[in-house]
Amino acid sequence: MTIEVKNIVKKFGAFAALDNVDLKVGKGELLALLGPSGSGKTTLLRIIAGLDWPDAGEVRIDGEDALGHGASERHVGFVFQHYALFRHMTVFENVAFGLRVQPRAIRKDEATIRARVKELLDLVQLDWLANRYPSQLSGGQRQRIALARALAIEPRILLLDEPFGALDAKVRKELRQWLRSLHNEIHVTSIFVTHDQEEALEVANRVVVMDKGRIEQIGSPGDVYDNPATAFVHGFIGESIVLPVEVTGGSVRLGGRPLNIAADGAASGASKLFVRRHDMQIGPAGTGSLEGAVRHVRSFGPIQRAEVTLSGGEGKTVIEIDAPRDRELQAGEIIGLQPRRYRIFAAQE
Amino acid sequence: MPTQSSFVTPATPMRAYASTADLAISPPSHREASDRARAVASPKDLRTEPAPVRFVIIALAVTFLTVFVVLPLVVVFASAFSKGISAYFSALAEPEALSAIRLTLLVAAISVALNLVFGVIAAWAIAKFEFRGKTFLITLIDLPFSVSPVISGLVFVLLFGAQGYWGTWLQANNIHILFAVPGITLATIFVTFPFVARSLIPLMQEQGTQEEEAAISLGASGLQTFFRVTLPNIKWGLLYGVLLCNARAMGEFGAVSVVSGHIRGETNTMPLLVEILYNEYQFVASFAIASLLAMLALITLVVKTVLEQRLDEGQTPRDDPRDH
Ligand SMILES: Nc1ncnc2c1ncn2[C@@H]1O[C@H](COP(=O)(O)OP(=O)(O)O)[C@@H](O)[C@H]1O
Ligand SMILES: [Mg+2]
Repeated sequence: MTIEVKNIVKKFGAFAALDNVDLKVGKGELLALLGPSGSGKTTLLRIIAGLDWPDAGEVRIDGEDALGHGASERHVGFVFQHYALFRHMTVFENVAFGLRVQPRAIRKDEATIRARVKELLDLVQLDWLANRYPSQLSGGQRQRIALARALAIEPRILLLDEPFGALDAKVRKELRQWLRSLHNEIHVTSIFVTHDQEEALEVANRVVVMDKGRIEQIGSPGDVYDNPATAFVHGFIGESIVLPVEVTGGSVRLGGRPLNIAADGAASGASKLFVRRHDMQIGPAGTGSLEGAVRHVRSFGPIQRAEVTLSGGEGKTVIEIDAPRDRELQAGEIIGLQPRRYRIFAAQE
Repeated sequence: MPTQSSFVTPATPMRAYASTADLAISPPSHREASDRARAVASPKDLRTEPAPVRFVIIALAVTFLTVFVVLPLVVVFASAFSKGISAYFSALAEPEALSAIRLTLLVAAISVALNLVFGVIAAWAIAKFEFRGKTFLITLIDLPFSVSPVISGLVFVLLFGAQGYWGTWLQANNIHILFAVPGITLATIFVTFPFVARSLIPLMQEQGTQEEEAAISLGASGLQTFFRVTLPNIKWGLLYGVLLCNARAMGEFGAVSVVSGHIRGETNTMPLLVEILYNEYQFVASFAIASLLAMLALITLVVKTVLEQRLDEGQTPRDDPRDH
């Protein structure tokens, strides 16, 4: 089933939590909605699910106008950030809930319901917990039960709001892969919200980056990482070195000193140069258009991470670079630096 | 028999303080509970007072309780049985006594049932929705606790009395509210309204709307959500509110006294009859009825303690601390 969101605006008082959001999710897709806390991710999911109403815009599920229906009629599976399991029901009854509240005409008989719940508990590999209460489960288990409960109604689409947000790093990694393979198995159109870029890049086919109620970029995980559309995306996804530069004509200057790089069509004026940590080429002093003193080096695995104080220019700018360990850097050493790959964005006020 | 009530706005669930002449109710607060826990954890802190001081403090507390709580209770039962068991039961079997008991039960049943419905609706509205004038509504709910019951009764006299606002119209249509069962019921409903709402609001606020939203997104209708999700989550709190509401409804004196008209065998509730019989020097009969009210108080206390335990179990977040 497809999801189509058109020009959604949602205001809380004067504050626009969603500002003209446009989004299409294809059939069977697993889409990640990535953005910092407060960027409007939950609000967007709630509107799609029918738990909140937009001030303007359209929501279509499988081409059909969804805003004409309440949440209970939309057949949308929603996995809440804090699980929202029914605390007075056993795991079994939690999962069975959606089947038990179906209108009498289409409600299945008890045996069918039991079989279906069993099947779902098997799917999330927790059938041995059927008689426990939510309070007796670990966070990861609760999250999987919440997912099984949402899947019980055979939802047209599945919405997951930071499903692993409250879990520790290890469990999170496991569940991430598990979710990925589960999706391969059941192929329900899903939107997966996260504020963790690594999680988004790992789980999804396509990533939507949001900030301040707007969509900044939509693309494949590789795309948003390699070709960030805006300064925000560059800064939010992957670690970046950001330097204030001045673009005049085709040349780029840092603190009055020309950098030997092309402006790449960037408009003249105050700008920001974004370079990934590992895209800063290092060499002996004198090579490259930047120079700096190594302050501190930490090595782990195949890379060394160096803190470098840039010389020249106003004040002392300290940047962190990642370099391969083919030549060990020493603290105090003067090195030359040259951005290998970079992006220039106009500096916004 | 004076009746007074006071109310403390609860910060944590289940702290409706109500006292009537018949029973004093003060549920435990979580702070008290944690104080207790601390006391257990470090008993030495409490032993810093020298033994004689400790003895005096405990003795004072026990004496106070004995004089003001236990002694009156004992006196009630002693006086009730002072002429023997048969006198006690024949006093209760008097038509006037039976009529008072019947009336009290009827009024309590109606008020509790209506306040159960109103209370749940009010608490639901306040806890689960945002709307203008919400603070005002909360204040309004507390109103019956903040005015003297006599004033509450007088309001109904002003509305329905012969000289009252709607008095003429009611008389013309031959509808009896004042000095009749409807008036007594109305006054009782008014006075006992806050109990259910007040015991539910903090509980429902704490639970939030997440489970309801989950239920709705799973396809449940509004009614299904209420009966399958909301109600089971608040059932102990609701019973608690109903219990307090019932105790007050049966024990209410002030408001009922104003609207009842004291028609013998017709509009006297048990508390009113106690006073009337006492004023007529019928001590055994008076105290026999009073003993029923006292027993109601004792039963209420026991049930209340059980409910509080249930509530505490439900309250202590059963969430796994690892995840939060
Ligand atoms: N019910 C609400 N009332 C007022 N402001 C809200 C409400 N819900 C969300 N917001 C605001 O809208 C913005 C987006 O919130 P949310 O969608 O929860 O962000 P995210 O899920 O990306 O962290 C936040 O600034 C939040 O404070
Ligand atoms: Mg959120």
